Amino acid sequence: MALLQISEPGQSPDPHQRRWAVGIDLGTTHSLVAAVRSGVAECLPDESGEVLLPSVVRYLEEGRRQIGRAARDAQALDPENTLVSVKRLMGRRLADVAGAERLPYRFVDRPGMVAVATRDGEKTPVEVSAEILAALRQRAEDTLDDDLYGAVITVPAYFDDAQRQATKDAAQLAGLNVLRLISEPTAAAVAYGLDRGSEGLFAVYDLGGGTFDISLLRLSRGVFEVVATGGDAALGGDDIDEALARHVLQQLGRLADSPHDKRAVLVAARAAKEALSQADTVTLTATLGGEAVSLAVTRETLEALARPLIDRTLSAVRRVLRDARVTPAEVQGVVMVGGSTRMPRIRTAVGELFGREPLVDVDPDQVVAIGAALQAQALAGQGRDGELLLLDVIALSLGLETMGGLVERVIERNTTIPVAKAQEFTTFQDGQTAMAIHVVQGERDLVSDCRSLARFELRGIPPMVAGAARIRVTFQVDADGLLSVSAREQTSGVEAAVTVKPSYGLADDDIARMLRDGFSHAEDDLAARKLREARVEAERMVLATGSALRADGHLLSDVERSTVEALVASLRSIASGEDADAIEAATEALAEGTEAFAAARMNQGLRQALAGRRIDDV
Amino acid sequence: MNLADDPFTLFGLPPRMAFDRAALDERWRRLQGEVHPDRFAAEGAAAQRVAMQWAVRVNEAYAILKDPLRRAECLCGLRGVPVQAERHTDMPAGFLMQQMAWREALDDAATDGNAAAVQALADDVTAQERQTLAHVQSLLDDVGDVPAAAQQVRVLMFLQKFRRDIDRRLDALESP
Repeated sequence: MALLQISEPGQSPDPHQRRWAVGIDLGTTHSLVAAVRSGVAECLPDESGEVLLPSVVRYLEEGRRQIGRAARDAQALDPENTLVSVKRLMGRRLADVAGAERLPYRFVDRPGMVAVATRDGEKTPVEVSAEILAALRQRAEDTLDDDLYGAVITVPAYFDDAQRQATKDAAQLAGLNVLRLISEPTAAAVAYGLDRGSEGLFAVYDLGGGTFDISLLRLSRGVFEVVATGGDAALGGDDIDEALARHVLQQLGRLADSPHDKRAVLVAARAAKEALSQADTVTLTATLGGEAVSLAVTRETLEALARPLIDRTLSAVRRVLRDARVTPAEVQGVVMVGGSTRMPRIRTAVGELFGREPLVDVDPDQVVAIGAALQAQALAGQGRDGELLLLDVIALSLGLETMGGLVERVIERNTTIPVAKAQEFTTFQDGQTAMAIHVVQGERDLVSDCRSLARFELRGIPPMVAGAARIRVTFQVDADGLLSVSAREQTSGVEAAVTVKPSYGLADDDIARMLRDGFSHAEDDLAARKLREARVEAERMVLATGSALRADGHLLSDVERSTVEALVASLRSIASGEDADAIEAATEALAEGTEAFAAARMNQGLRQALAGRRIDDV
Repeated sequence: MNLADDPFTLFGLPPRMAFDRAALDERWRRLQGEVHPDRFAAEGAAAQRVAMQWAVRVNEAYAILKDPLRRAECLCGLRGVPVQAERHTDMPAGFLMQQMAWREALDDAATDGNAAAVQALADDVTAQERQTLAHVQSLLDDVGDVPAAAQQVRVLMFLQKFRRDIDRRLDALESP
């Protein structure tokens, strides 16, 4: 069996021995990268042995950057150029950012997504996140001594389409092949559940720096099924810091006007909050307006300040239980995830609601990355076959704008993904050839209260009498939770051209420009990277086709088989050349040429599943 | 086996109302294990596209089979009497009176911010839903009167929509 050889200087001569896929937790406060090595999933440390990378990027002179601890330690010194908790800004406009005036940044109000003005120019949250992702990628490739095949990146379950797309864009900028976006609570459940062989209904209470998720999952023999999920994508430990900071300023009778003071009081508040998880009282110190100030803070005070925020999380928990039609008693265990769950008051409150002690023995900082690494291994085809399957849901309802600014729901929240729903529309004017559809996400009844996702324009509708056209619009949400739309006029069969004007995010042009301008961690120029990626993808296709033929070649006729083999041979020879575009075209040709084969294999698999002939199905 | 098969055929389950939920769930997980795009993550874009179509279809079929209302609606259609709620607006008079009384009670309770009363209403409606469903099941599985079943399915749709409205009001009361 001939194998495609890609030999480049410095690369292992047998690249298909190992496909390194990692899990990445891109957190509000900390980020981590994990991989499965020798059967064990573990977080990869940096040179000083630390696994946590603070999600902080500082922009210096002459286009230099600091990422991680060095940047975090400088946040009080250089507050306008040191970006912290940027996850809270992903996919958001300035108007969405609550308490923006209490943050030390120079915000730029752009229509698609907010940006921050730094000494190195305006930075979008996507670019900042890409720096963090690139640093993690570097760490992984250095540790594993190999290129990465791909990564599973976690997002809060409650992230909407805009926030998810922004995360994918950041990964693309960082040169990562995103295998899947998975929900943080699901990842935590994987890390936890596989470890213990648990079965049954579990809740994951995930309170991070900037986001809160509550998910209810059913675990059953390696299948993790999300039953319902909820949360708040703008609620986290940072908000408790802010409440404490406001209280401190009030008690001291001071204002924090300068960027330095704003950052200083937040840093001090966080330190005090963390200390109060162990102590009953603590002295908070900070330098404001050049002057050293201090204030004694008790645990009681902190808990009183945090109370409304904790209550919001508990409301979300009750709603998820309602959605799932499940009582607290039916939940076998509650897993606590996220640094903020170290607060004693939170553990008590959650314990009271569920009537049992929450499970806190997994490291709340690492568990998400570890779960992502396990999923990454399974997706890269390295895991044991049939062991792990994640069945997730869409967290927020998708709807369309109808008359009077109301929302008509098309896909309800907690629907298992992937999912597709079709809706029929018609024209209201004779000869109408185009129409506009506004898609929103959220649970409210008014369009203005929901998040605008995109406006779709359908063109090319054949002119007819008003009301005669039947335009079937299909909304599809993929396994990453991302929406795509297609439209077809039923009577004529014309596929209407759908152009999407996203209400948020980066235009394709922006990304292309950023890639051209040379992203800080890009080692080669764009052309070399494109060629390398085209070759890697070609190799993947060749290998995949080879294994498919070995397993199910009998499904093809002799003619069909030789057609496929010819496409493979053609791709192999083109991939040994230098023309990236030609390689991509040949790869696509092989993909298209094996589509019917893939369908036949799928049918076969289904029939076997139904007949219960799977070997491990006893 | 193809994408256009009805849900019962797709899942290899008998086309009737009575069913074992655990067995259905298990069948769904097994099918997803076969067709979920994640199973084909390493096999190229074409395989993923096909997998996506199947996974979507399996999810859709599962949603229909596990929800008694949609299951009943599907069965009526398969047996030649589609429910077509938009076409049939005739409802039993007593039923409409009850709907109006319930709506008033909901509006009053919600305006007063009385979550307990709203919850009690939800419980009443749920009880009625269960009764109607039992009736539908008997009409379809035992008696074999499909038109009568279709009528009761339309009643059930009304009830379910109302209960969803109640749930929304409860959500609003929980988090204004």
